[in-house]
Parts: sequence; structure tokens; C-alpha cells
Amino acid sequence: MLKQIEGSKAVAEAVALCRPEVICAYPISPQTHIVEALGEMVKSQRLSPCEYINVESEFAAMSVSIGASAAGARAYTATASQGLLFMTEAVYNAAGLGLPIVMTVANRAIGAPINIWNDHSDSLSQRDSGWMQLFAENNQEAVDLHIQAFRLAEELSMPIMVCMDGYILTHAFERVDIPSQEEVDAYLPPFEPRQVLDPSEPITIGAMVGPEAFMEVKYLAHAKQMQAIERIPELASEFRSVFGRENGGLVRTYRVEDAETVIVAMGSVIGTIKDVVDEMRDEGHRIGVLTIVSYRPFPLEQVRSALLHCKRFLVLEKSLAVGMGGILATDVRMAVTGAGLMGYTAIAGLGGRPIFKSQLHPLFRQAEKEELPPVTFLDLDWEAVNRQLERERQTRRSGPVAENILHDKGIVSAKFG
Amino acid sequence: MGFQPIKFYQTGTYTVGNRLLSPDQRSVQADEARSNSINSGHRACQGCGEALGARYAIDAAMAESHGQLIAVNATGCLEVFSTPYPESSWQVPWIHSVFGNAPAVATGIAAAMKVKGRTDVRVVAQGGDGGTTDIGFGCLSGMFERNDDVLYICYDNEAYMNTGVQRSSATPPAARTATTMPVGPEPGNPFGQGKNLPEIAMAHGIPYVATATVADLRDLEYKVRRAMRMHGARYIHLFVPCPLGWGTASHDTIRIARLAKESGLFPVFEAEHGEVTSVLKIRRKVGVEEYLLPQKRFAHLFGSHPHPEMVSRIQEIAERNIRKYGLLDEEAA
Amino acid sequence: MIKPFAITLKPGTSLSNLTGTWRTERPVYLDRLPPCNNACPAGENIQGWLYHAESGDYEQAWRVLVEENPFPAVMGRVCYHPCEDQCNRGKLDSAVGINSVERFLGDEAIRRGWKFSKSADASGKKVLIVGAGPSGLSAAYHLARMGHEVEIQEAGPMAGGMMRFGIPKYRLPRDVLDAEVRRILDLGVRLKLNSRVDDIVQGMQGFDAAFLAVGAHIARRAFIPAGDAAHVVDAVSLLQSMEGEEKPMLGRRVVVYGGGNTAIDVARTARRLGATDAIIVYRRTRERMPAHDFEIEEALQEGVMIRWLSAIRQADEGQLTVEKMVLDEKGMPVPTGEFETMEADTLVLALGQDVDLALLEGVPNLEIRNGTVQVSGNMMTGYPGLFAGGDMVPSERNVTVAAGHGKKAARHIDAYLRGVSYEPHAKHELADFGKLNTWYYSDADKTVRPMLDIIRRQTSFDEVQGGLDETNALFEARRCMSCGNCFECDNCYGVCPDNAVIKLGPGRRFKFNYDYCKGCGLCAAECPCGAIKMVPEEI
Repeated sequence: MLKQIEGSKAVAEAVALCRPEVICAYPISPQTHIVEALGEMVKSQRLSPCEYINVESEFAAMSVSIGASAAGARAYTATASQGLLFMTEAVYNAAGLGLPIVMTVANRAIGAPINIWNDHSDSLSQRDSGWMQLFAENNQEAVDLHIQAFRLAEELSMPIMVCMDGYILTHAFERVDIPSQEEVDAYLPPFEPRQVLDPSEPITIGAMVGPEAFMEVKYLAHAKQMQAIERIPELASEFRSVFGRENGGLVRTYRVEDAETVIVAMGSVIGTIKDVVDEMRDEGHRIGVLTIVSYRPFPLEQVRSALLHCKRFLVLEKSLAVGMGGILATDVRMAVTGAGLMGYTAIAGLGGRPIFKSQLHPLFRQAEKEELPPVTFLDLDWEAVNRQLERERQTRRSGPVAENILHDKGIVSAKFG
Repeated sequence: MGFQPIKFYQTGTYTVGNRLLSPDQRSVQADEARSNSINSGHRACQGCGEALGARYAIDAAMAESHGQLIAVNATGCLEVFSTPYPESSWQVPWIHSVFGNAPAVATGIAAAMKVKGRTDVRVVAQGGDGGTTDIGFGCLSGMFERNDDVLYICYDNEAYMNTGVQRSSATPPAARTATTMPVGPEPGNPFGQGKNLPEIAMAHGIPYVATATVADLRDLEYKVRRAMRMHGARYIHLFVPCPLGWGTASHDTIRIARLAKESGLFPVFEAEHGEVTSVLKIRRKVGVEEYLLPQKRFAHLFGSHPHPEMVSRIQEIAERNIRKYGLLDEEAA
Repeated sequence: MIKPFAITLKPGTSLSNLTGTWRTERPVYLDRLPPCNNACPAGENIQGWLYHAESGDYEQAWRVLVEENPFPAVMGRVCYHPCEDQCNRGKLDSAVGINSVERFLGDEAIRRGWKFSKSADASGKKVLIVGAGPSGLSAAYHLARMGHEVEIQEAGPMAGGMMRFGIPKYRLPRDVLDAEVRRILDLGVRLKLNSRVDDIVQGMQGFDAAFLAVGAHIARRAFIPAGDAAHVVDAVSLLQSMEGEEKPMLGRRVVVYGGGNTAIDVARTARRLGATDAIIVYRRTRERMPAHDFEIEEALQEGVMIRWLSAIRQADEGQLTVEKMVLDEKGMPVPTGEFETMEADTLVLALGQDVDLALLEGVPNLEIRNGTVQVSGNMMTGYPGLFAGGDMVPSERNVTVAAGHGKKAARHIDAYLRGVSYEPHAKHELADFGKLNTWYYSDADKTVRPMLDIIRRQTSFDEVQGGLDETNALFEARRCMSCGNCFECDNCYGVCPDNAVIKLGPGRRFKFNYDYCKGCGLCAAECPCGAIKMVPEEI
């Protein structure tokens, strides 16, 4: 059913259609609307049977989810940013135990400085946690990915983060096709846990594993994600046959057939990029887009084959590996190892900095001309940065960086002068 | 109403078993068919109070739940010595997640059982004092506040033993640990405010809070069974001496626990909805020295450079407990 | 369910980890000797029979008891119960009332008519027992149960010996004595009364062995100058005459000379015969008096008076001359030269008894010393096949010792008849108080037996001390701490952190599972009764 609906609400509808049995809620922007909506559904018994638990922290949210999932319940929670970091220990643990929890990450920057706006540094910080991570381009895809995520997680007994850009998607009202319960039920069978805490068949879950078997446990987790690389496209195509929509999959390409330059990105920025690419195509540029849907597992083969015929690619990512550069870019470059392509990285949109077409046009053109440095910081206020660097060169202790920069940008009022 | 001793003499109230009692009056531990929830072959030290306390408690919970029990374990000695790959000592469904989340994992299991309509299946979470009073405190408090249907059992051996005997918020004043060494003018753990978790639990107003020791099996079993008959958040704080960490002989584990209770340093009581409903009276009162002396962690209070003033302060703590909880019978006082 | 590799494990699989290899010491179960058993002159397995009494199985308790001693009802009245003096519970609150439970069992057996079982086939051997006192009857009982043919020849008119002729009725009602004697005779023991043996060697003819147990019936006399009219009798004769039809005439004021239990018995008897004053004259002080304190106390309650530090020097009609004594530093009485007189219708001498050795004249290789027959460790005299026991051999003289002699002699006679020697079991190490963990015993004070009211005690020969009823006998039995012997309290089974104790089921105790026992020693430390010992592991 088509609805004009907020992204968070749409996701809540989708999650509810998946019949979660335990939902853990802890408020953190910009994820909060999702669990609020679910809370109302449980309270009104529209979603039943379901236990909705107002936990005391994200750490508890993930921990309660672990318990629920291990006891055979379909468990769901949502978080973002600091919350994801606060639950990190449990995030790793859920993956280690192979518990098929689905969690929405409403992507948001992580502090300090505290910042509630969107970038990808939160979920990318959990890159190696063992969770699968699927990135939604728009709210329809966010809805569809959640439905696929439960199926995939439970098939493989591995947890999944469905990542959607905070505010940009979560708070955006768009037209979304909310599937019917029958459609979802047809696609998503009831949860049959691979292992379950059951008094009639006791098992010990979470043993201490020493050097003699730890590597094997880790390899098996890796092997599972490799299996996911096969299953994700299959599930996406099955999804298409049930719901009539193409969403999910490992990667998606856009106008790459004869492209010499390919822009690689994840999440909602793809929309802006596609617009720019369309405009540039209109001007005759041979440029295309590669969308990474599945960040983990990372589809090396698919990325490689998508890029193999271009001459250069630019990874535009909303994340930064401080002291190194791009995070996604590193993976993409690995995918094309030995292919002789030029690869560029653009760090953009950190902490919610808007990414405009007007910025992307020159960036892409420079990339086409191979005039870019290996790592570019889009829309960086070099003046402010350089002034701070200069100050620091002069005195080793030069006060809070962020405040200084805001001064330089004239944002902080004169009274702090 | 507290635990009522059954007046049998030779075999007494205090022994594990009593061949003269009818089977329904016997302790769980006396039963040949007890569940041995944590089985032989575990790697706990000789005379481990926690291994003993865990079996006492979980077997009682198993008995009361007719075997319909799921156990959660925080990281710690108990978890490590019972479940090193490839062997598990547990004979109940059991899960270990991380150090600080056992109460929350238990909440999740309880929620799963509720949503699946398995009201017969009960959930017990367990952790050491570090996992309970320190790192797991937030999750525990949340579990309490929501009144989740979980019995949480803290095995209190008064320090982080698994990592090599470091101080926890349950470490008593003056005790030596690896991070409160017996050096300087006030050797050992400082005389702080302490973190009285049973009282903090009571402040949540949860249905049931109790303390117990491994020296009083019948009392412990009574409390576990009583807790298991209730629903909502319940908390049992179980005193379990650690021969390794405390520097006591392995055969002294139960005696030390008994002395902790008999000295008044560890008050044994139960409370419902925040109010103390019964206390286990001191039977043969002893001074704190009798409790402290057999423990190497307090050796610096005695010997060639004694600290009698610190012993006096510890005695004051015992006296305060005795007054506060009414641990002495009038005639015994 | 497909279990994930390594992080999920099968339950209880730690059984493959044999932690027994960590052990440097191993616990072992043992039976230690309870102090009561150790102290019992009759060698009763007190802890053993209390164990059955605790569960209310009185018949089994009685049967275990009478394995060693056929007189529980008598013992429960007249034994001075040294077992209770040694009872570890005495260090905790008060000793277990072993004697009162024994009496309860004895009375219960009489009431219910329990009979002895004969345990062995007939041996074809004949044993003569001379004397139907406690040691003779005890020997007869044991020998009969061992399958031997036993004949008792008793000089007196009734069986019982000192149990009948030395102990007043108010302490031992005769129906009780008769019942326990009859039960022995029911085993087929032949009793010939009024059958005095004058020559034992001759008397033994036709028997394969003989046991002499004639007791000590000849009153010891002190030299006290006495006027012709002075009424002086000896205690033995007096107490014997109490069994006759005619009660002795003692007068209103009776003085008893002596400090033993017999002196007390006589004074209390005198009170019951109507004496207004029954006065014991004793040369030393109460602390030094050989009589048992509880008997002194009972006598005093009944109005018996005791004149301490006094020696009788002269007896005349109605009057005695008494010299005051003092104690020297060794506690021996020393005359002071101060004399007093006191009125007395009768003077009873209770100064001890000697053995009538007449029947032993001419027995070859017999050794007599200090008026007693010398026997070797197997109770045999120098004359082969002739054994002796009871008051006629050197030892403490009381009913319990005598019963013990009878048992011991019977075992050696049995061995002698079979041509072997009897080797008693090595004694277990003592379960002294330090071996116990008394925390586990609930506080429970001793049950006091009811006493007859004082007026009836002074005027009748009704039994003074009552028995326990079933409730308090059970209570009292359950006060037993079972020192040194497992009573299946399950402590070891419970306190083992490694589940390394296997419970074998009721009556079958426990065993250690050394595959898992780490040797922590908790079981031994928390065993209430000291029935577990840690021994170094041999590596």
C-alpha cells in the first residue's frame, strides 16, 4: 500500500510486518521515531505477541536482544552513533554467538564533538564486528531491506544492521509502498533458530574458546558472510518476485555500461550523485554510479566486475579513517587490485554537512580529468583549518579545536570572543 | 517469615541432609537425584565457594522450577571454569554473553519466554561481585526497575578473582587485593562508603531480595525456592569465600562463610518490596578477628606490624550490622 | 539443532576432565571409636544402637545393644554410665542420656516381649558357670548364643547375684531383673539354684570349660570394739535380707559406716524401713567419697545425713564413739584425738566385700593375690579350661564391668573350645571432641528423667527414677552426635564443590569419586562427626 510517510514510520511498519517478538527501545536521535512507532503498535496490540522493552541503555538493548534471540525469539532494536558505540561489546558478542538480530542503524556521526547529524562513521566503526551491513538508498529500500534482513539473518544465523541515513531518510516524508502482511508472511517464514536455549535440550552457549579453536570460529563467521554474498542476490530476486520491486542485492550499477568514470557510494547520497551523473551524461560525460548495498559482506567480485571496464573511480564516502583516509575506498581499492585503475577518495558530508550537486559537479569533473589528489575532503573550510594548524604550530596548546574553528567561521557570538 | 529450623537434633537443622526427615522436607542437595546443574570436571580451584554456591543455588532453582530453567552467566570465574571449550559443566541451558550484561540477557530470555507463552520456563542470571556491583550494575538496576521476571544471583567473593584478585566495589575495607596492596599508612582497601547491593536492590522495591552464604545451605535453598515461587525481579546476594583470593585454606571455605555471618560482617536477611522481613540470627557470636585471622588478605592487620585500629573499625562495621538488622537474639545479645 | 562450532557446547561434557589429578591429599571415610563406646565396661556399641533408636527402630536398637550386653533394662537403672562422662556432647551442652535411652529400650523389650535370637548351631560343648550374677549370666548368654550348652550353678536361692542381693528394689525393681534373667534362660541355659560348688575341679567334670563368677559376698569388717549389746550388721547381709520375707529390724536411728555406693544404698534402705535418722559416717569429705555424686545427692534429698571426717572407734548399745579426722596433704584421713559420741540403734558396716575363695582350694596352678583370682588376658586362670570374672577377679566391681567380663570370658571360652584364640578387633582411633564439627548439631539440652516424689521415696521401695517415654527417648537418642561414625547427614555429599561424593543410598553411606575429587578437604572439615580423614596422596 502506498503511503506518504516518514522514513522512520515506514521502517517501523516494515519491522512490525516481520513480526518481531522482542523489541528493545532506547532513545537516540535520529533512530527514536522508529521505536516510538513500534512502541505504540505493541501498546495498542496491533503488533502482538511482542514484548517491547524500554531498556536503560543501548548496551542493554543489544544484550536483551541477545537473550531474546538465544531463547528463540525474533529480536529487533535500533540505534545510532554513540548508542552503537555504547553497545559495541554486545554487538560483537551477538555476532560471535551467531544470533540473527536485526538492528536499524540510523546513521549518525560519532563524537566528540557531539553531533547528531548524518554520516556513516557509526556503522562503519562496527565494520569488523561480524554483523552484516546493508545500506538503504531511500526509504522504500529501507523498508524492503528490513524484510530481507530478517530472512537473511535467520537463514544464516548472523545479525544484520540495516543502515539508513539519519534525518535524510529517517525523517524524510516520502511515498513508500508498505507491503501487506500476507506478502511479508509469504516471504519471511517464522523464526526457526539454529540453536536455542531450551530446558528440554540444554546447551551451553558462549563458551570460552582458546587458541586451539578461536581461528576456526572466526573463519566460520567469515565463511558465513561469504555464503551471504551468494544469498543476498537470490533473496533480492525472490523479493522482487513477491513484492514486484527491485531492492537490495549486493551492489547496483547506474549508467556504467560505457562509463570511464564510476562514482562509488552508499546510502542516500546516491540520489544526489545519480542526478549529477544524469546531468553530466546529458553533457556527454561517460560517467556512472556503483551503489554498494552490502557493505558487509563486502562483495569484492561484484565491485571488481562493475569497475573493471572503467578507467577510474571515485569513492565518495561519509566516513573517515582518521590518519588514513577513506574506509569504503580502501575496500573498493582492494576489489580492483591489479586492475590498473585510478582510484580517488572523497570524504564528504561528515557530521551532516550537506552534499550539493554544485559541489559534486566540479569534483566529478576533476576526477574525470584525473586532477584529484588521492584523498579529497569535499567542502572543507581550508581557511579555518589552516588558521588552527597555524595556531598549533605556534603554541602547542591552542584551546578547543572546534570552538576555534567556529570562531574562525564566525558562528560563535562575539561575547565568547 | 524466615527460614524455620526443623528441630531435629543429632542430624540437626544445619546439616545438608537428614535421614530422619520425610523426603519432602529434605534439602535439594541431599537428593541423590539433584540436578548437579554444574557438574564434575569444572576447573574451579580446590574448595571454591562460588562453584559450590552456584550448584546449591541453581540446583534449588531447578528443583523449584521442575527443571524448566534457563541460566545466564556474566563473565567471570564461574563462566571461565565451567565452560572452557570443548567442555561444559552446565547441565542446564546456559548462556554467557559478556561481563556486564547478564541481567539484560536474562531480561531478553524472560521476554522471549513470555512472548512464546512459556510461563513455566524460569530465568536465572548469575554473576560475580564485579559483574554485579560494578560493570553489570546498570543492567541490573534496569532489570530491577522494570521488574523483569528474572532471579539474579550474585556470587560475592569480594573482588575480581578471575583476573587475579583486583578490588571491586564489594571488596571490604582493609582487604588486600592486587590493586589495594597492604602498603602505606592505611594498607589494603580504603574504608569507603561501600556499595551495599542488597540494600540498593531493596531500594528498587522489587518483590524479593535476600542474602545468604554457602555456610547455611538450608537457608540458601529456602531463599532460592522462595524467590523462584515469585515473579518479577528478584535478587539473591550469596557470600562465597574464595580460597585463592582470600588466602584461606581450601577446606575452610564454609567455615569462613559461617564466621562472616556469625561475626555480623555479612548480615543474612530477606526483604520483600523493600522491607526486611526476616533475618538469620547470629547463633554463636564471634569477634571479627576470628573471621579475619584465617585470611591472608587481612594478614597485615595482625602480625609484627599490627593495625588494631583498623580491626576496631571493622568490628564497628559488624556491630552496626548487628544493630541495624537485629542480628542477635535478645538473650544472646 | 546444529550447534555452532566451539562456542556452543554439549551439557555436562566436563566429565571428561578428570580433576582428580590435581589432588595432593585424598579424603577417606573411616569409623572412629566414639568415646562412649570406648568407656563402656561392657563394650557396648552405644553409638551403634543409638543410631537405630534415632530413627525410632527400637527393636533394632535393642538387638544391636544386646549383642554386647543382655541386661539393658538393668543397665538402664544401675549402670554408673561412664559413657556419659566421656560423651563429647558434654562439652557442648550436656551429655546424651545414654543410660535413660538404654533403660527405655530395655523396658520396651520387656513390654513387647522381644526375645534373643540364637545365632549359632549347637557346638556339642558344655560349659559350667558358677554363679548366677551379672557376669555369670552374661557369660551364659553369650555362650548359649554361640551354640554351647550352658549350666549355671548358683549357691543362692535366686538368680541375679548382686543385682538382686546388693541393689535395693527402689533402684532395680525385681520384675525387671526377673524378666531379663528369664530371657537368658529362655535360650536354653540350665540354672541350678541352691547348688553350691565346693570343689571346682570336681565340679567341672563332665564340662569342657568352666567360668567362675561367684562374686564377692563376704563383708569386709573393720576392727571396731563393740559391746555385747551393740547392734552391728554388715551391709551385704542387710541388703540380702531385704530379699527375704522378713525385713530386718534396724531401729529408728541407723548409722552406716563407709563411703561407697553400698553405704548409700544401705542408708536409703534404712530410711525406707522407717529409720527417722539414717546417718552415714565417712572418714573423708564429699569430694573424696567413692559413691557417685548423684547417689549422694538423691540420698541427701531423701533425708539421709552424712557425717564427714569421722571414724567410728567404739560401738556400744545405742551409742557410738566417733573420732574426728582431718585430711593430710595427700587427702588421707588422719586422727585428731577429738572424740564424740552419737546415738545409734544399729551400726551397719559398708566397708567393702571379699571373695569367698573356698571352692578354689586345691586347684592346681591357680594364683590368688589380694584376695582375688588372677586371670590372664583371656580371662583364664592358671588351670586350663577354668575361666573367672566379675567381682572375684581384680577390677572395678560393678554390674556393668561384670557383664563385660562375662562377654569377654565367653568369647575366649568359645575360642578355647574351638581350639583357637580369640583376637579382638583392633580399636579404632578415638573420635575425640576435636575431630568433630559441632556447628551442625542443634542446641538441645538433656532430657531429665522424672523422679518419684520425695515422700514416696522416703517411705516406699517404689522405683525412684522414672523412665523416658517414647517421645523424649527419641529426643534424647537424637542428641547423639554419632562421634566418629557416619550418620548419613549428607554433608560430604552436599559440600563437595566438585560433586565428587557419591551417595549410595540409605544405610549404605557414601563413597568418593576420586576421578574428580580435588582434595580440597571441605568434606572432612564439614563432617560433623569426624568420619572423614585427609591422607596424603601417594604420588
